[in-house]
Amino acid sequence: MLELLWLIPALPFAGFLTLALFGQKLHEKSIAVTGVGFIGLSAALAILVSASFISSPPQGYFYTQTLWTWMQVGGFSPKISFYLDALSMIMMVVVAFVGFLIHLYSIGYMKGDEGYSRFFAYMNLFVGSMLTLLLAEDLLLLYLGWEGVGLCSYLLIGFWYKDSANGRAAIKAFIVTRIGDASMAVGLFLLFTSLGTLSIQGLMNLASQRWPVGAPLAVASAALLLGGAVGKSAQLPLQTWLPDAMAGPTPVSALIHAATMVTAGVYLIARTHILFTLAPPVQTAVAVIGAVTLLIAGFSALTQRDIKRVLAYSTISQIGYMFLALGVGAWSAAIFHFMTHAFFKALLFLGTGVVILALNQEHDIFKMGGLRNELPLTFWTFLIGSASLSALPLITAGFYSKDLILWQALSSERGGVWLWAAGFLGAFITSIYTFRIFFLTFSGSATSQVSRKPGVLMTIPLVVLAVLSLIGGFIELPETLGNSRLLSNFLQTALPPLQAVTTDYSTQGSLQFITSVVSLIGIIFAYRYFLHSPQHTGRRENIMKNPVAYAVHCFLFKGWNFDLLYDTFLVRPFLWAARTNRNDFVDLIYRGMAAICRASNTVLSFTQSGKVRWYATGIALGIVILVGIVEIL
Amino acid sequence: MTAAVPLHHGLIVAGILFAVGLLGLLVRRNVIFILLSIEIMLNAAGLAFVVAGSKWGQVDGQIMFIFVLTMAAAEVSVGLALVLQLYHHTKTLDADSANKMRG
Repeated sequence: MLELLWLIPALPFAGFLTLALFGQKLHEKSIAVTGVGFIGLSAALAILVSASFISSPPQGYFYTQTLWTWMQVGGFSPKISFYLDALSMIMMVVVAFVGFLIHLYSIGYMKGDEGYSRFFAYMNLFVGSMLTLLLAEDLLLLYLGWEGVGLCSYLLIGFWYKDSANGRAAIKAFIVTRIGDASMAVGLFLLFTSLGTLSIQGLMNLASQRWPVGAPLAVASAALLLGGAVGKSAQLPLQTWLPDAMAGPTPVSALIHAATMVTAGVYLIARTHILFTLAPPVQTAVAVIGAVTLLIAGFSALTQRDIKRVLAYSTISQIGYMFLALGVGAWSAAIFHFMTHAFFKALLFLGTGVVILALNQEHDIFKMGGLRNELPLTFWTFLIGSASLSALPLITAGFYSKDLILWQALSSERGGVWLWAAGFLGAFITSIYTFRIFFLTFSGSATSQVSRKPGVLMTIPLVVLAVLSLIGGFIELPETLGNSRLLSNFLQTALPPLQAVTTDYSTQGSLQFITSVVSLIGIIFAYRYFLHSPQHTGRRENIMKNPVAYAVHCFLFKGWNFDLLYDTFLVRPFLWAARTNRNDFVDLIYRGMAAICRASNTVLSFTQSGKVRWYATGIALGIVILVGIVEIL
Repeated sequence: MTAAVPLHHGLIVAGILFAVGLLGLLVRRNVIFILLSIEIMLNAAGLAFVVAGSKWGQVDGQIMFIFVLTMAAAEVSVGLALVLQLYHHTKTLDADSANKMRG
């Protein structure tokens, strides 16, 4: 069974090729069958392979499948080979399965779009690249998948390219992530020159043998890889592209910009965790970046009017939690949160897609409302997703994963009160902004007609994801509540366990209680201010009358003015320099040479008078002068 | 037996002939006269060869003169053909009027 591993990334690529070559000639129905079918096969295969991996684990809990040697240049011979272990298996299953559900949903969502086959072709290419990224045994192959998902992200953000704003958003996403990718590429060069291989397992072994903890080379290469992860996962300071990336179709936001691609950075750090353990300052930086990002993005999410932008900031914030977990060495907690986040965030985005379709592409939450009776199923699934995102205690998956991160941020030897406090405050904000959009969307009376209701194909993914958002957390229960450690025990075959300094269950229990209360308070807070009623609107307007509150609101609405900052200090100086140097000053040299040639030509062309006698005179004089010179010498 | 002409006399005559030819080439505008002047210069060179050949008692100078003659005949035939063409195009034999290829 494990030998079929290569088919899992290969099938989506086959789907992409089929659609890219013949998509124009196919009918909508056959496009949907092709596009979804290949992903479905891939997902089914991923589940089968995982089942066989779990039931009869190979020696050492990993399986490597080498297909061929990619190239051979001197001592550099990267291979096309796939590596399956606990970490990549969980990521693979989640990506393939959630990807399949979102493809299923897209059949209905994209119905009637003129780019129907293009959409499915890009989506298949994306899933193929993402699976390549996850299963790659070699950092170079991982980088191929990494750039592949970046390309698909660009193509899909600008999917409706006729609106130039979408094109600009796509370019912004591409350029901002490119900064990170460049850093990662340099990191790969550094790793190869210092250790002589790019095979991940080989690198990790060599690194732990040759480099002591805190070795400068380890710190440098970990920092460079972190640069790549920060770009892809939209963390501070490269987070600005993700909110704009919402210009793409909603299933794209669900799949690429929430559930899978943006967590590639988390995967990269977890995959190379040995390197990060060797570089304690970088690992601390990971935790701090995560903590700061989760707060910054959470506060911004509080003020957005566009429902998808709220969810985008929420995604940045939740990935911040994962970075926080990685930074304190809680590797399996980060992967746990990745998994639950993939479920509930995909669910929220798909629910949002239904709402947006129903209201004729309306994105403004203040113009929504009253959808509870119109879209009952969406209402319930959205409620479950919101509850899971706000970590409603005991029944939701989000509670267990977030709680694990918070507890381990406090109890890890690399953690601390400050990191915990940031996560704690973040949890409070999360429940406010989540239920803010929930109440504004579904409460009150209907403001506009529902133009389109979701079909069966769009409903199934919602229900499945809602169920997973509830029960997905039960595979890992804390010591205080059941103490089931299925996930972390399994992940321990690939990732080291947490180095905890405290294991005080009573503290853990009381902290869990406080966190739960705080998330409930957040929901009540949202209930007080964000219902669709004149009374609530009045309350909001009263707050806005305070100039300070209004200024803060604007500041947060613009995402802490990061765009303005980059615009002022990077984009505009660059554009100014480009404009000033429109006639590139280096060209002066070459243009000067051309000018000299032309001037000499003008001068010399006077001598070509067309008068034969003058030529004869010239020849005679020349001979006289030459002979004279020879005589003198 | 006449006394041998001294070498430098012959060379001076050749030099004068050459200078006359060159001067004619430079100052005359009629193409026919320019061709004539070239002939004079060629003959001046031929005379120098013959004089030098007799000085050293070698036949090489006279052989070279034969070459110069054949070359001159060829040159004149081409030159006269060009003159005909020039006249055909410009209705004049003025060399300065054929200056269409000036820069």
